Amino acid sequence: MTPLLKVENMTHFFGGLRAVHNYNLNLEKNKIQGLIGPNGAGKTTVFNLITGIFKPSEGSVKLDKEEITGLFPHQIASKGLGRTFQNLLLWRHLTVFDHIQIAHYSQINYGLIGSFFGTKKRRKQEAEIEESARRLMEIFDISDFANMLAVNLPYGAQRRVEMARAMAIKPKVLFLDEPTAGMTPEELIRMIQIIKNVRKEFNVAIFLIEHRLKFVMELCETIQTLVFGEVIAEGTPEQIQNNPQVIEAYLGKEDIT
Amino acid sequence: MKPIIRFKKFFRFFSAMPALGWLFGFLTAVIIEYLIGDNIAWMLGLPKIPALFGFLIMLKKPLLIPGASAYIIIVYLLPLTLTARFCSGTINKIAAKLYKLPTPVYTVLYLIFLYIIIDIWAGISDYRIVTIKLTFIAIILTLSLNVINGYMGEFSCSHTGFMALGAYTASTVTLILCANDKLFGEALLPSYLAPFLFPIALIAGGIIAAIGSLLVAIPSFRTRGDYLAIISLAFMFIVKSLIENLEVLGGARGMGSQPHLANLPTVFIWTALSIWIINNFVTSIIGKATNAVRDNETAANAMTVNTRKTKIVTFMFAAFWAGIAGGLFAHVLCYVNPGTFGIKKLAEIFTMVYFGGLNSVVGSIIGAISFNLASEALRPLELFKWIIIPVIMILIMIYKPTGLVAFKEFNIKKILAPKGDK
Repeated sequence: MTPLLKVENMTHFFGGLRAVHNYNLNLEKNKIQGLIGPNGAGKTTVFNLITGIFKPSEGSVKLDKEEITGLFPHQIASKGLGRTFQNLLLWRHLTVFDHIQIAHYSQINYGLIGSFFGTKKRRKQEAEIEESARRLMEIFDISDFANMLAVNLPYGAQRRVEMARAMAIKPKVLFLDEPTAGMTPEELIRMIQIIKNVRKEFNVAIFLIEHRLKFVMELCETIQTLVFGEVIAEGTPEQIQNNPQVIEAYLGKEDIT
Repeated sequence: MKPIIRFKKFFRFFSAMPALGWLFGFLTAVIIEYLIGDNIAWMLGLPKIPALFGFLIMLKKPLLIPGASAYIIIVYLLPLTLTARFCSGTINKIAAKLYKLPTPVYTVLYLIFLYIIIDIWAGISDYRIVTIKLTFIAIILTLSLNVINGYMGEFSCSHTGFMALGAYTASTVTLILCANDKLFGEALLPSYLAPFLFPIALIAGGIIAAIGSLLVAIPSFRTRGDYLAIISLAFMFIVKSLIENLEVLGGARGMGSQPHLANLPTVFIWTALSIWIINNFVTSIIGKATNAVRDNETAANAMTVNTRKTKIVTFMFAAFWAGIAGGLFAHVLCYVNPGTFGIKKLAEIFTMVYFGGLNSVVGSIIGAISFNLASEALRPLELFKWIIIPVIMILIMIYKPTGLVAFKEFNIKKILAPKGDK
C-alpha cells in the first residue's frame, strides 16, 4: 500500500543554515504519527515545508500520489492537507462561526457573480456550508460559542476552534502543531479524546508535533525524533522511549568520571 | 428622578416606531414644507426656507436663530413627534403587512418611498439637490474605500486616483458621443440616446479604474501597511499628473460641459445598487475571506483561501465603485479638473470611513451622510470649519477608535422590521 503522504529526501536551507536534512516521511491512512524533538530541532519547519509556507530546497512531497512540492499553501490545503498552528493563528475580528465558514472557501464555486448578486446558487451553497459548519461546531463542542469572537474564548476552546477550522477544509491529512501547548491536565485529557474521535469520525491521518510525552505515548502509533534537522530515531513509542540516542538528545550525555 | 422618567416617556414613542414610521413622519414634514414652507418662513421672519435644517442661517445671522429653530420645530419635529405619538400602532400594522412580502419586494417599496421623500425635500432648492447628490456619491466612495481599508485592512491611499480615472473615462465617453464641446467636437449620437448611454459610460469608467487598481493590487502581495500606503499614494499622484499633462483631456484646465445626465434618480439608483452589491459581497464567504486575509494571512492561506486572488478581486471591486462614483461626480458638477482629485479629497474620504466605522456598511453610510451634511452646515464658518471637523475626528479617535458603528453587519430585515408595541 502506498502511503497517503510521502515525503522523500527533503532538505531545506535558511541561507547557510541547514534547517532540515534528508527528511523522509511515510504517513499511512488512518494512522497517527508523532514528531518530537528538542527546541529548535526544526519540527515546525518540517510542517511549514510540507504545507507550502516554505519551498523545500530539495526533495519531493506527494499527497495521495500527487506531487505537491512547490505549490502555494492554499493549493496544498485545498488538496486535503489541514493544519493548526503552534501559536494559534485565529482571526481577531471574526466569530467562531465565521472561522469555520471561511475555511470552506475551496468548496465554493458560485464565483464572483454569485457573491455580488446573491444568486440562487450562492444561497444554496452557503446554506450547505452553514449546515456543515454547524455540524463541525457540534463535534468539537463549540456550538455555544458560535457567535462569539474566537479570541475571547478560553484557551482550550480556541484550540478546538482551530481544529474545527482545519477539519472544515475536508482534509485527508491533519497536521497538529503542539495541540496541547499551555493546556491544563484536564484539558489535555479532553484533547486526547477529541483527537481520537476526529480520527474515527473523519478517517484522517494525523501528524502531530508534541512535547508532552504522556500525550505522544498515548496517541501515536509511530514516532519520529528530530534533532538538528535530522531524524535520529523512528519507531513505536516504546522503542523511542528506550532509544539511547533520543535520551541523549533530550537529557544530554551521561558524564562518567 | 421625575424629569428623567418623563424624558424617557417622551422618547418611548420613538422607540416603538418602525422605519416606516420615520418615513411617514418625514413625508408629512416635507409635504408641509413643500406646500406652506414659504409662508411659515415668512411668518418667522426668515428670508427663505432654511436650506439645510437652518444651520446655514443660524451661523450666518445669529439674530435669526430663534426663527430658524422655530421653523425646524414646526416643520420637522412636530410632524415626526405627532406621527410617533398617534400613528405608531397603525403604521406598525402596515409595516408588519409589508414585512410578510418577500425581502427584495419590500426593500424596493421602501426605497421608492424614501426616494419620494428625498425628491420632495430636494425640490425646494438647487442647493439641496447638489448637496444630496454629492452625499450619495460620498456614500459610494466611503463604502468602496471601506472594502479595502476596513474589510481587507490594507491602507490604500489611491482612491481619488481611481475616482479620477472613472471621472475622466466616463466624461470622455459622454463628451464624444453625446455632447457638443470644444475638446471632441460635435456629438456623434442624437441626444435622446444619452440617458441610455450614461450607465455604459459609467461602467466603462469603473472598468478602467479597476484595471488601474491592478498597479496597486500586485505590489500588495508582498508589502503591507506603511509600504503599501506609500505605493498607493504614489499611484494617486501618477494618475493626477498624468491627467494634468494630457492636453487631449484638457490638461490642468480640466474638462467641462458634460451633459446633465446625473439627475437625482440616477444617482439614487446607483447608490442603492452600490450598497446592495457591496453588502452582498462582504457578507458572502468570498467576501469574508478578505477579513481572514486582514486578520492573519498565513492562517487564511492554510485554510485554502487564495489570498492573491482575494486581494486582486477586492482592489478591483473597490476601484470599480470608486470609478462609478467619479463618473457620477463629473456629471453632477458638469466639470472636472485633476486638482479635485488631490490629497484633500482623499482626506475627506478617509475621514468618512474612519468616522463612520471600519468593516461596516451601516457605518460607512452614516459616516458619509453625517460628514457631508456637517461640512455643508459648517460652511459659513469658512476656515474654522477645518478646525472643528478635525477636532470632532480626534474626539472620535479617542473615545471610539474604530469609528461610530464598526464591525456590524448590515441587516436590512432588522432595520425594516415592525416594532412590537408594549
